[in-house]
Amino acid sequence: MKRREFLAAGAAACAAVACGQKAAPLPPGTLSGTSFGVGHLLRTGVSGAPVEVRKRAVVIVGGGVAGLSAAWRLRRAGFHDFEMLELEATPGGNARWGENHVSRYPLGAHYLPLPTREARAVRLLLAELGVLRGDPQASAPDYDERALCFAPQERLWRNGVWRDGLEPLAGASERSRTEWQRFHARMDAFQAERGSDGRRAFAIPMALSSRDARYLALDRTSMRDWLLAEGFTAEPVHWLVNYGCRDDYGCDYREVSAWAGIHYFACRDARARNADADTVLTWPEGNGWIVRQLVARVAPPLTTGALVHRVTESDRAAVLAVHLAGEGRSVEIRVQHVIWAAQLRFAARALAGADAGLTAALGEFDHAPWVVANLTLEEPPWERYGAPLAWDNVLYESASLGYVVATHQDLASRRGPTVLTYYEPLSGASPAAARERLLEATREQWVERALAELGRPHPELARITRRADVFVNGHAMVRPRAGFLWGAARERVLRHTGRVHFAHSDLSGFSLFEEAQYRGVAAAERVLARLSIRADSVL
Amino acid sequence: MSYALLASVFVIAACGLVYELIAGAAASYLIGDSVTQFSLVIGLYLFAMGVGSYLSRWVVSGIAARFFEIELAIALFGGFSAAAMFLAFAHAGGEFRLVLYGFVLVVGVLVGLEIPLVMRLLRAQLGFRDLVAQVLSFDYLGALAVSIAFPLVLVPKLGLIRSAFLFGLLNALVAGWALWLFRSQLGAMRWRTLQCALVAGLLAGGVIESDRLTAAAEEDMYADQIVFARSSAHQRIVLTRWRNDLRLYLNGNLQFSARDEYRYHEALVHPGLAAAPWAKRVLVLGGGDGMAVREILKYPQVESVTLVDLDPEMTRIFSTLPVLRALNGDAFASPKVKVINADAFKWLEEADEHWDFVVADFPDPSNYSLGKLYTTAFYRLLERRLTARGLAVIQATSPLYARKSFWCVVATIESVGLATAPYHVNVPSFGEWGYVLVSRDPYRPPQQLDPRLRFVSVETLPAMFTFPRDMARVPVEVNRLTNQILVQYFDAEWKRAPSE
Repeated sequence: MKRREFLAAGAAACAAVACGQKAAPLPPGTLSGTSFGVGHLLRTGVSGAPVEVRKRAVVIVGGGVAGLSAAWRLRRAGFHDFEMLELEATPGGNARWGENHVSRYPLGAHYLPLPTREARAVRLLLAELGVLRGDPQASAPDYDERALCFAPQERLWRNGVWRDGLEPLAGASERSRTEWQRFHARMDAFQAERGSDGRRAFAIPMALSSRDARYLALDRTSMRDWLLAEGFTAEPVHWLVNYGCRDDYGCDYREVSAWAGIHYFACRDARARNADADTVLTWPEGNGWIVRQLVARVAPPLTTGALVHRVTESDRAAVLAVHLAGEGRSVEIRVQHVIWAAQLRFAARALAGADAGLTAALGEFDHAPWVVANLTLEEPPWERYGAPLAWDNVLYESASLGYVVATHQDLASRRGPTVLTYYEPLSGASPAAARERLLEATREQWVERALAELGRPHPELARITRRADVFVNGHAMVRPRAGFLWGAARERVLRHTGRVHFAHSDLSGFSLFEEAQYRGVAAAERVLARLSIRADSVL
Repeated sequence: MSYALLASVFVIAACGLVYELIAGAAASYLIGDSVTQFSLVIGLYLFAMGVGSYLSRWVVSGIAARFFEIELAIALFGGFSAAAMFLAFAHAGGEFRLVLYGFVLVVGVLVGLEIPLVMRLLRAQLGFRDLVAQVLSFDYLGALAVSIAFPLVLVPKLGLIRSAFLFGLLNALVAGWALWLFRSQLGAMRWRTLQCALVAGLLAGGVIESDRLTAAAEEDMYADQIVFARSSAHQRIVLTRWRNDLRLYLNGNLQFSARDEYRYHEALVHPGLAAAPWAKRVLVLGGGDGMAVREILKYPQVESVTLVDLDPEMTRIFSTLPVLRALNGDAFASPKVKVINADAFKWLEEADEHWDFVVADFPDPSNYSLGKLYTTAFYRLLERRLTARGLAVIQATSPLYARKSFWCVVATIESVGLATAPYHVNVPSFGEWGYVLVSRDPYRPPQQLDPRLRFVSVETLPAMFTFPRDMARVPVEVNRLTNQILVQYFDAEWKRAPSE
């Protein structure tokens, strides 16, 4: 090595050290997401004649919770002549999950609240899976204690300290506390109310809610405006409500329909014999556990990487044009019935030739983008003064929702390595602008952001994180905007009668397990009826 | 020249005595029985010194060089003596005494060589009368200085290991000084300087690093001398001794005191196992100290004992360290005993065997992780692993200091459909302590107990199952994975309780 080379190398090394001190190298990991590319083929169009034509009685489009639930219902009726097409490489939809040497972990929905009496099919499924014991329709059933979230369920980071529960009331003014109580009393009242039609004002599945006009009128205003109109101005109340809206709907409470906002607090009145009412059911991979059980039980004939880009309905049949991304070819499937359990925005394109009113209505459904970062830690986050590590760990003033702990349901009496699932709904900007950001940002940027947010309560986090896997979803959850839930577009899609049966949770206006399952089962039961197969409703 | 040498006599004498005191103190800390140990160490050391003095007659030529070499050897052996003894205690098992007496003999012989050689070095400068008077008076002065400093400064401020290194370093300095004083008589100066620097460097390193060996800061936490400290992957294991009492702490929590552990362990095992004369297969969950196993092995009909403890370090030290093996009667050496290092809850879930008697001797439910071991989920699992007439006993904290916690354990067990028989005993180092016997059918106390037991007897058994008013049952909630109410009871009650 010549002297000049040596000096240059030395200078480079010094520079590297200087840079290295500023930012520690980020942990390795992957960036994955929903198939932008394949989905966007819909817009640009798919060319090429189908190389194969086949027939089926029923095709289920979409292998998320709605599609799997439809398959589950068909199988229960002894019906087997169906197949399932899934756009992504794996089924699961918003209940997808990941796995590494430490734990399985969620990539989306991570829990299921105790099912209410109205959620009959959810209870039936849970009984079948051994999670609910005894009579599925009991008023307070017994649940498998291993699936019930262990204590402590949640804690809140606020003013530099963790506290049990989600009440941001430490140091709050008397007025804030009074308002907090008044808000909860108001929600409890909504929970007990019934409309003039005798139905619960806010039920889950939402289709079973009262159609009493005084409740539906709430849809026309935003949740924030409703709070203000009702005289709720205290910061803790506004924080909680906005947190709930961002958590369940991926959408800011300025936009969320007040009906949806109240539904979040008032729809659940379930009880368990062996747990508190607010206990949730959870598994390391979140609702991915239910998906895994469903896939194992139902074993639907599944084709992944399948893009349904055109559906033509006629009196006799429906014809699906399917592009198989993995094989680079197209097939045509003639069916009697289609259960459309994929997002409705895809249907808007695939049904382009259909009724203009229908396709316009389908185009009204829009979706919020999400980012999920799974951080694999060599040891649990350090315990400091304050409430100990919980399952759900929420940050008070944060764009994120905090994190859940994948190994929380582990029975070991000492904590070891774990996976933290960091959630961030991109609810600050318009969904389109947020999706732009989603496409541009690198994995490193998301990881830095997650580490910075969670580094506030856990300064050691960057040092003990061994992997950081980022999952981005440009169209994660349908947005229950003001005016949308009980508006014309949803009504138009629900009214559709043909050979295409819509089944996605989009139909309910919010992306919840109970809604997806209800829509999937309901569509399957309609198809069974059309095929003259006797089956009592489980709904 | 002579004063310089006399000053080194002072230092040499101080060093010589220090090694003796350190060996005596370490022996009595580690083995206990301080009178025997001190007397043995002093006797052996003096004898070795005599041997050394006698051997000095064969040192004929190159006295300065031999003196230098002996000083360095003392620096090395004396300086490392304490560290070696503590490490040997932790690792060597049965050979510990060998290491101890070996060091005493070697250092004694070397120290015994020192004074005669110094006297011969000084012979040229002093008459015989002055020589004996001055050397011996400096020798005794050095001894006086150290015997005062040892209990007042060295042990409390520096600890045994660091003191030994420090005095070793002084010996090395004397060697260095001698090297300079006799530079005209000595050859191979470079080589000798290097030797001296090397030894001094090693010892200085020892002085600096000895914190790592003694965990001196930690000693403040414990009232007694630490004889063993080790961080395993799971916990900090610390063994302390004060006089004849050996105590084990895990993460700072007292696990037992050798003085009264028989009360705890007899009460844990015998009320249940004596009532199950058919019991052949026994499972112990926790209890890595082997004390419960020791009690179980008193029943000849027991054919197998499976012990499941999370920490391999715990079961290792209790099956290798002689002091600890003496405490558990070498229980782990029994061919009936199988040790498994695993998480008890997860292991039990995977197990497909059944047991006649199960001992659950877990740490107290002081956090949510440990609290899981006291939930309905755990007791349901336990029930599935018991034979039809099987019995289990659960360590259930103190019904006096943590009354709600204790009765919460009872209520939780009952909630899964098992019969309970709660009882309590007094263990002086713990206070009033409680257990729960668990079975499908109501418990029937044994008609007979091993007459060799020191604490539990058929006559006193009924009193154990009677709860005075201040420990009587209180209404509590059932402890579930979803509420972990026991951790909250326990936390509130021990915060209030008088600290140890």
